[in-house]
Amino acid sequence: MAVKSLIKYEVERDPAFALWVTGVIGGERIRNCIQCGLCSASCPLSPYMDFTPRRLIHMAREGFKRDVLGSFTIWLCTSCYSCTVECPRRIRVTDVMYALKRRAIEDGVYPRRFPIPVLASEFGAMIRSKGRVTETWLVMRVFLKTAILRLLGMSRLGTKLFLTGRMGLKPETIRGRKQLQTMLDAVEAHKKEMAA
Amino acid sequence: MNRYLYYPGCSLRGTGKAYEESLLAVFKALDVELEELDDWNCCGATAYMSIDEISSFALAGRNLALAEKKNLDLVAPCSACFLVLNKAQRYIKEYPKVAETLEHGFKAAGLEYKGTVKVRHPLDVLINDVGMEKIKARIKTPLTGLKVAPYYGCQIVRPYATFDQMYYPVTMDKLLRAVGAEVVDYPLKTRCCGGSQKGTLPEVGLSLIHILLKEARRREAQIVSTICPLCQFNLDAFQEEAGKKYGEISMPVVYFTQLLGLAFGFSAKELGLERNIVAAKATLAKFAPIVAKGQIQSSAPS
Repeated sequence: MAVKSLIKYEVERDPAFALWVTGVIGGERIRNCIQCGLCSASCPLSPYMDFTPRRLIHMAREGFKRDVLGSFTIWLCTSCYSCTVECPRRIRVTDVMYALKRRAIEDGVYPRRFPIPVLASEFGAMIRSKGRVTETWLVMRVFLKTAILRLLGMSRLGTKLFLTGRMGLKPETIRGRKQLQTMLDAVEAHKKEMAA
Repeated sequence: MNRYLYYPGCSLRGTGKAYEESLLAVFKALDVELEELDDWNCCGATAYMSIDEISSFALAGRNLALAEKKNLDLVAPCSACFLVLNKAQRYIKEYPKVAETLEHGFKAAGLEYKGTVKVRHPLDVLINDVGMEKIKARIKTPLTGLKVAPYYGCQIVRPYATFDQMYYPVTMDKLLRAVGAEVVDYPLKTRCCGGSQKGTLPEVGLSLIHILLKEARRREAQIVSTICPLCQFNLDAFQEEAGKKYGEISMPVVYFTQLLGLAFGFSAKELGLERNIVAAKATLAKFAPIVAKGQIQSSAPS
């Protein structure tokens, strides 16, 4: 049996991370959290989380970067905004979760074959190149990268969707693809400028 | 006649086709004209926010900029689109750094956005612009005796309740009651359906789906009425799988526009009711005009 410390020590804190989280959109008021737990109580995904939202918020603002970014919690958030509307200190918990997801992807600290980040990045790539998302192809790409066998298991549902005309195979696209890409590139460039 | 810009979003062109079909039919019957926003792009939904926040506002922003030129309210039936467009709109105003970055993007792409577009939901349009009187006047087959669980899902009243109550929304309840249905008290009406969790963490997604269906049955509903393409898809397409894992349930899940359409006399086919995975036909047979093969459907109000 592996032995590990269940108590967090000051030395494990990363003050830069604690500071960073107060600067993300939605995290401005994170230091006002009174740990009341309404976020956790209202979260329908809490039962599956390794750290409930209340604990995660506290750990994030104290700078326990590794625990927070490595947590399963951020990938379970479906952004239903229950926590955000319940928070008496008006912390936009959902936005903080988004920020933590982005940071985890940026820092490369998420399970490689875990489908959620893969879904997010495939989704992004499809919008960038086509302007719209064709659900059928998106789902195919995600399963091909994460769980080919499960794709086969879904063939029955796939057939039904196809027969009811709900599974479009024709890729949807827009005329203004160039415009969209130019816009996204300019946004990206400006962001880099600001960060520098 | 009321005129609006229409932003269908990707789902209404795929798995949520029936939503578009029934929405267009109902709006037409009520003399509401929808003009599709030309060359709209994907709103970015929840997924893009996890990759790049400001760029996701830019994606929504392009649509808002295109809409602004038309000077009409923008109707977004999909909950994710509705939320994302509204959120982008607000954050552009609240966060100068978002506005400034987007400005660069818009400029490079030859776009301009002043921030004047109103993003509306079909429920809002029906209740506040069309009005109950006009809706009641179109009824051909009242849905008398049909017990409906009104399921709103999360992103319509959260985090912004723009046209309905945040904790216990009632606009859909009112519409369904107006066309004769019996609306059951459904406390889980804004609970999350799990979004895309079914695809990524099946056991979690299936559990959330099952909780919603089980409660609808406990409340003695015969059918669940939804307003979101992802909610409808989750509760309909994965119902069998959720049932196998957590206890069998048979509960048709339709769009509120399909129920309104039935009351207005449209046929099941015109409303896309045949696209359901859990067949809704038996439950709705009483109300659906029977159309013989080859016969011209004359049931639609002209």
